[in-house]
Amino acid sequence: MIPTTTRRILLTATVVGVGALVVASLLVGGYDISLLGLLTDPAQREMFLISRVPRTLALVFAAVAMSISGVIMQMITQNKFVEPTTAGTAQWAGLGLLVGLILIPGASPIVKMVLACLFAFVGTGIFLAVLRRLASRSSIIVPLVGIMLGAVVGAATTYLANSFGLLQSLASWRSGGFSNIVRGFYEPLWIVSIIAVLAFVVADRFTVAGLGKDLATNAGVNYDRIVLLGVTMVALATGVTTVVVGFIPFLGLVVPNLVSMVLGDDLRKNLPWVAVVGVGLLLACDLIGRLIVAPMEIPASVVMGAIGAALFIAIVLRQRRSVYA
Amino acid sequence: MITITDVTKSYGDETVLGPVTGQIAKGGVTSLVGPNGAGKSTLMTIIGRLLEPSEGSVTVGGLDVQAAKSRDLAQMMSILRQENHITARLTVRELVAFGRFPHSQGRLTDEDHRHVDLALDFLGLGPLAERFLDQLSGGQRQRAFVAMVLAQDTEYVLLDEPLNNLDMKHAVLMMRRLRDAADELGKTIVIIVHDINVAAAYSDRIIAMRDGTIAYSGTAAEIMRSDILSEVFDTPIEVHELAGRPIAVFDPMAQSVTHDAVRTDEESAVASV
Repeated sequence: MIPTTTRRILLTATVVGVGALVVASLLVGGYDISLLGLLTDPAQREMFLISRVPRTLALVFAAVAMSISGVIMQMITQNKFVEPTTAGTAQWAGLGLLVGLILIPGASPIVKMVLACLFAFVGTGIFLAVLRRLASRSSIIVPLVGIMLGAVVGAATTYLANSFGLLQSLASWRSGGFSNIVRGFYEPLWIVSIIAVLAFVVADRFTVAGLGKDLATNAGVNYDRIVLLGVTMVALATGVTTVVVGFIPFLGLVVPNLVSMVLGDDLRKNLPWVAVVGVGLLLACDLIGRLIVAPMEIPASVVMGAIGAALFIAIVLRQRRSVYA
Repeated sequence: MITITDVTKSYGDETVLGPVTGQIAKGGVTSLVGPNGAGKSTLMTIIGRLLEPSEGSVTVGGLDVQAAKSRDLAQMMSILRQENHITARLTVRELVAFGRFPHSQGRLTDEDHRHVDLALDFLGLGPLAERFLDQLSGGQRQRAFVAMVLAQDTEYVLLDEPLNNLDMKHAVLMMRRLRDAADELGKTIVIIVHDINVAAAYSDRIIAMRDGTIAYSGTAAEIMRSDILSEVFDTPIEVHELAGRPIAVFDPMAQSVTHDAVRTDEESAVASV
């Protein structure tokens, strides 16, 4: 176990680091904004409020949504490698969004979100139903099933988009980026804050569910009801994030695993850290994407995919070592 | 009191349990023994409402386990299954504290902390309390799960093979602890034990199961007989008195495998005798 002092240093460094990233995210960009300018120049202030604040808030909310969704899904499936993009939830949300575009052209964002959330809910339900019928629930098989389901849904989505001439909207959705987030566009993401608070309130129940159905039942918890609640929260968070931002891979997988190494999986204790580390990681990815090809941008999700994949492999190797040691 | 009424469990056409009817009196230690596949675990998981019976009903302390609220049951009865593989990374103390969930719903009171400390001490887990479960040996982990169930502080405690992974020293300590829980705290302990001699040494009652039904039940002295054990386990077993206790001894030269077809013949032979 990591010694208490090391742990304290790590946590303090995390808070300071994420704070610095928030400030950096607010100040970095094509339009020059400085702290002094914010106080003196009304044009800078206007730009700051229209573009920078919404973008940073969107990043924060999207990160919280994906990392908390990840940790909830890992608890209700008792599997460390499940998260919205490895269980097909995000792909289903994308399909819902596309169906909305096809059936109701010019639909309001709210309608699209409702459809995305509904599809995400149904899709996650299908994933869990498949898991229940699965003989082997080994740690690798479960996410493989999810990735396969997600790929099938993704393929269907591409086919549909192609048939209806919507491939371009699909491409912009798949490369979840934050460059076009402005005031009046990101606000639905505030719903994530409600989900985050709710997750914290019922954190203990999710941890109990994470002990498995038998131990949860022994503790007097209605396991199926907790799973339903978890799936609902994940579907809402993923659906809204998908419509506003797009597809953010690996975040919900990497962050809970990193936090778990230091703090364990007692959600009451580690949930705030899952949120904070998730925000830090996504802000960092977004900043990298903005800086390395400035004044152009690489979408945060692309950077996240590259960094996340590397971290994912590192975590798998680490887990293998601890299992076979 | 645990009352079992006409309980059966079938998967498709195959009946793995029952019909079983019987009672387990309040207080004391009751051991379920029997060969593999006799239905011991199935019966215990049905009593513990982790498995739905195909037919019949079970009441524990007057509550119908299928109908009563899970939380009410959890305050009266705890059950620990044989295999407890959890992927969540928790410390021993965090795990044991979840034993208090039915009472506190996660907000631990002083009373809860007292029970957690007591359960940790009871199983000698004090020095390991802050360790993560994945940093423990199999035996230590087993003790942590039992501590969790004991922290739940229920009148009825059902344990499926609590001696799993324990060495002789810890197996004896565990059984003495369970004995103490029954004698000093008035708990009703029901355990599944593989070693018939362990069952005899620590139990007030033994229920011997075979082929999905209760073959014999009674005190240790009543069950520890060569003819009964040989029949229940389908292998020659002698019982000798040693240090004032009945000790069952297997025959090292016994035919190792009895095929199902042969067993059916034997059963009819036994029936005709």
